[in-house]
Amino acid sequence: MPVTETFHDEATLTLTIVAEFAADPERVWDVYADPRQLETIWGPPTYPATVVDHSLDPGGRVTYFMTSPEGEKYCGLWEVVSADRPRRLEFRDYFADENFQVVESMPGSTCIYTFAPTETGTRATYESIFESADGLKTVLEMGVIEGSTGAINQVDELLARG
Amino acid sequence: MKVLLDDQADAVFQALADRTRRDIVRRVLVEALSVSELAAEYEMSFAAVQKHVAVLERAGLISKQRVGREQRAHAEVSSIRSVRDMLDELEGLWRSRVRRIDALLAGEGPTTLGRSEAADDNR
Repeated sequence: MPVTETFHDEATLTLTIVAEFAADPERVWDVYADPRQLETIWGPPTYPATVVDHSLDPGGRVTYFMTSPEGEKYCGLWEVVSADRPRRLEFRDYFADENFQVVESMPGSTCIYTFAPTETGTRATYESIFESADGLKTVLEMGVIEGSTGAINQVDELLARG
Repeated sequence: MKVLLDDQADAVFQALADRTRRDIVRRVLVEALSVSELAAEYEMSFAAVQKHVAVLERAGLISKQRVGREQRAHAEVSSIRSVRDMLDELEGLWRSRVRRIDALLAGEGPTTLGRSEAADDNR
């Protein structure tokens, strides 16, 4: 399994995922530097992503939308804080309207990706820090929850936990 | 933050300890329904169904919204999902995303992978 470790911090709404890839950091960085590669890995197959504008320079923007099975579009954008190829990428991920204007009422998240060389390739650390539980909830609604099954499973889990 | 507090958790578990009420939550997760629409689904009186809906409402699991002349009940998904649940789900999203990255990198073949060729040959 490529994912080797995960850390959850409920107090700071932070999720950290550590993964090992059999490719060097330059190659892993290219997944993010090439919009066509980025859109193949960003959304689940049922919610394909389309990248519109793409600049990984500090202050640059990456705009994208995801299309639901019903044809609804969910727009988002990155504002690049810093980019140190191929080691570290930091950006703010926001929800956007269809004109790619940031939705101010919906808090976004800070994403810090680091890529370290290892004997066999790259250790990638993906850190996502959310400002509010609502922002986290909306990310999950964009593509993770299909219909209401996810929410129904949550009820069952809640019952099982009691 | 919407973490379930103990009192609220008690109310939630009490509300969901009843089979009819669990069924009502499942139905209103899919679509908002009026009490009369719900009552038509069960072999019990309108008043009994109304009572069940009130218990779920007090627990914060569902809320009512006026649509035209009637009140429709819908599930309050945010109270059903705690921060922990959401981080778990987000981890699921990341696991599938990492699988896609891995597949993309592997699909390129060993020539562009440089020093990871050996690791690839061992697969």
